[in-house]
Amino acid sequence: MEIQQLQENLSEHFTDKIISCIIDKDHVVLTANVDNLYAIFLELKSELKYNFQMFMDLTAVDWLDRQPRFDLVYHLYSVELNHRLRIKIPLIEGQAVSSVSGLWSIADWMEREIWDLYGIKFSGHPNLKRILMYDEFKGHPLRKDFAYDQRQPLIQDAWPSRPFQVNVKGLKIHRPGNDV
Amino acid sequence: MEVNTRVLPGAVYGNSLDRVLGWARKYSIFMYPFVTACCGMEYMSVASSHYDIDRFGAGLPRFSPRQADVLMVVGTVSQKIAPVLKMIYDQMCEPKWVVSFGACASVGGPYDNYATLQGIDRIIPVDIYIPGCPPRPEAIIEALMKLQHKIQNQKHELFAGSELKNTFK
Amino acid sequence: MSEKNSKREVFLPAANHMALAMGPSHPATHGIVRFNLILEGERIIESTTDIGYLHRGFEKMVERSTWNQAIIYTDRLNYVSSMINNVGYCLAVEKLLDIEVPTRGVYLRTIMSELSRVADHMTCVAAQVMEAGAMSAFLYCMKAREWLWEIVEMVCGARVTTNWTRIGGLMADVTPDFNDAIRERIPRLREVIDELDKLITKNRIFYDRFRDVGSMTKEEAIDYGFTGPCLRATGVPFDVRRDTPYLNYDEFDFEIPIGTQGDVYDRYLMRMFEMEQSLRIIEQALDKLPEGPVCVDDKNITLPDKPSVYGSIEGLMNQFKLIMDDHGIKPPPGEIYQAVEGANGELGFYIISTGGDMPYKCRCRPPCFPMTAAMDKMITGQLISDIVPIFGSINMIGGELDR
Repeated sequence: MEIQQLQENLSEHFTDKIISCIIDKDHVVLTANVDNLYAIFLELKSELKYNFQMFMDLTAVDWLDRQPRFDLVYHLYSVELNHRLRIKIPLIEGQAVSSVSGLWSIADWMEREIWDLYGIKFSGHPNLKRILMYDEFKGHPLRKDFAYDQRQPLIQDAWPSRPFQVNVKGLKIHRPGNDV
Repeated sequence: MEVNTRVLPGAVYGNSLDRVLGWARKYSIFMYPFVTACCGMEYMSVASSHYDIDRFGAGLPRFSPRQADVLMVVGTVSQKIAPVLKMIYDQMCEPKWVVSFGACASVGGPYDNYATLQGIDRIIPVDIYIPGCPPRPEAIIEALMKLQHKIQNQKHELFAGSELKNTFK
Repeated sequence: MSEKNSKREVFLPAANHMALAMGPSHPATHGIVRFNLILEGERIIESTTDIGYLHRGFEKMVERSTWNQAIIYTDRLNYVSSMINNVGYCLAVEKLLDIEVPTRGVYLRTIMSELSRVADHMTCVAAQVMEAGAMSAFLYCMKAREWLWEIVEMVCGARVTTNWTRIGGLMADVTPDFNDAIRERIPRLREVIDELDKLITKNRIFYDRFRDVGSMTKEEAIDYGFTGPCLRATGVPFDVRRDTPYLNYDEFDFEIPIGTQGDVYDRYLMRMFEMEQSLRIIEQALDKLPEGPVCVDDKNITLPDKPSVYGSIEGLMNQFKLIMDDHGIKPPPGEIYQAVEGANGELGFYIISTGGDMPYKCRCRPPCFPMTAAMDKMITGQLISDIVPIFGSINMIGGELDR
C-alpha cells in the first residue's frame, strides 16, 4: 500500500484509539496511548489489508525534559504488502506497558532489552530479566541521567597495573581505583 | 596482593637449563584465543596462510585453558565477561603468558563507558600489549617475536607453584 | 565467584538429565554467547541463550560524539562488513539533512558495500565449515578475503574497521588503479567460490550434517523477525535492496536466490549464490562508474580540501566551523529510520536529531538479534553436535548483537 493510502486507512480505522497518524519523511507514524496498545497491535497484525506480520524493531527514547518522559517506538513491516509503520507510545516514568510477546516471538527479547537499558516494565512478559547487562548491575544505563562512565565492576582490580615499576627507588606510584 | 617476580624484562639468565627450556617453550606456543570482537578478524588473518603464525610454532590454538600456555585476549572485554576471563586465566597451568591484543583489551579502546573493562591488566597480569584497532598482522607477528624473546630470556622455574619446590633446590 | 553463583538461578534437571553451560568463551559460539543446555544423553531437552557479553554501549558512545565522529562506532557493529554499516548510518543522516550525494559517490558506496558483503559471506561460510571440520576451506576463504581487504585498504587505509563514508559523501576519492585492481580480482574470487562449491556442496559429510538441521518454516521465520539470507532460505523473497531500494540498486540487474526448507544447508547455499550476485553487481557498477566529485558540494557539510585550509582564511574558517565542538553538522530536528541490506539481513538505523551537533539517539536494529533469539527454538530436540552448524549458519556477529 502507498504511504498516503496507508495513512488515510489507519486514521479512519483507529479514529478514537490513537492520538495522531501522520507522515514523517518516508514513514507513517502512529501515536497512540499505552492503554490501547495491545488492541491496536492485534488489529494491525490480523487485518489482511495491513498484515504487519513482521516485528522489525522496538526501542525507547528518553526525553529527560519532557513529560511524558519516555517514548516507546515500534517499527512494523509487512512482507506481503511491503509497507512500514512506526508506532510511538508516550509513557510516564513507572508506567507498565502490556507486552506483545504473544503476538510476535521476537518481542520477548526486544522487550527484555528495553527493560534492561531503560527500565520500562512490560506486564505479561514471560521472562523479564536483564539481557545485555549482568544481573548484578544497578540502574538502567541508557537513561539520560545515567552518566556514561558509572562503572560497577564485577571484579575489583586484583593486580597492579605495572608490577615492574612498583619497586623503583624513590618513585611513588599512585594507583587510581575504579569509579565505584 | 603479590607482585609478580618471576619475569623481569630484558634480564638474561646465564643458566643453561633456562636457555634450553626457553628455546623449547618459545617455539611451541599453544595459544588460547579468547576472541570477542573485531580484532578476531585480524586474528583469523594472522592464523591463516597469508600471514602465517604456524611458521613461528604458534599455529595450533588449544581451546581448553588447561592445554594452553599463552592466553591471547583478542577484542573488547566487557564487565560481564571479565569474571570468565579471570576464571580462564586461573585455570591455566604455569608457565603461562598473556598477550593483550588490540586497543580494547589493553586499555578499553574507544569504549570509555559503563560496560567495558578498561584494560585486562586490571584483572590479570599482561606480558605483551599489542596496540591497534585492529592491529595489522605484521604488528601481531612482531608482538609474537617479542614474546618469544621474553620467553627465551626469562627464568624458568621447574616446579612453579608446587610443594616440590622446597625439596628440590 | 562462588558467592555470586549462589545468587544466580540454578537449573534443577531430572535424574537422567545433565545441565551443561556451553559457555561464553567457546570457539563455536564465537566467544560471546552462552547456551545453558539441559541434555538427555546428547539430545537437547531445553536451552536458554545468554547474550550481552560484548555489550559495549554503542548508543551511549554515539550520544557523546558528533555526527561524523559516530561513524567509527558504527563500523564496529558488524565488523566483518563494516562499510555497509557506515553507508547505512550516513544514508540516514543524509535523509535528515535532505541532501543528495553525487553519483560517483553513490556508485562507489554501492561497489564497496557489495565487496563487504562478499567478504562477510566468505567469512561466515569459512567459519561455518571450519567448525564442522573443513580446515582447508577456511584457509581458501581467508586467502580470498585478503584480496578483498587489499582493495579496502587501497580505498580507505584500514582493513577491518574502515570508517570510510562521511556525511555527504566519502572520506576521499579512490585511487586511479581502483577499477583495474577489482577487475583483476573478480575472476580469482570466482575461482575460490567454485573451489568451495566443489569441496562442500555435494560432499556427503556436509550434506548429512547440514540438511534438515535447524529448519524454520516461513511463518516461524517471519514471526521471529528473520531477514536476510536466513529468511530467504525459508522461501520468502524479501531483500531490502529490492523492496525498499536505497543507493542505486534499482539500476542493476541481479537475482535474489530463494531456498525451500530453511535449514542450515539452504542458508549455506544462499550465501554462496549471493556472493556470485554481488560480484555481478560490482561488475555492472564498475562499467557505469561516472567521473565527478564524491562529496556533496555544501560548505556546511563537507570539509574543504587541504590546500585551501592551509592557504586561505576562508578555507581555515570553514574547517574550523565544521570540526570544533558545538559547531559542525547540525541536522534539523527530526527522526528517521533507514534500512539497508546488511550481510545478515535488514540493518536499520533509527536516528533522532534535536538540532544539536551530537545525535540525540542512534539505535541500530541488529539483523542477527532475531536469529539468535530463535536459537533456543532451533536447537531444542537436536543433538549437541548440531548446535555448531546451526549457530554458524546464522552468522551471529557479536558487535551487532550486543552493540
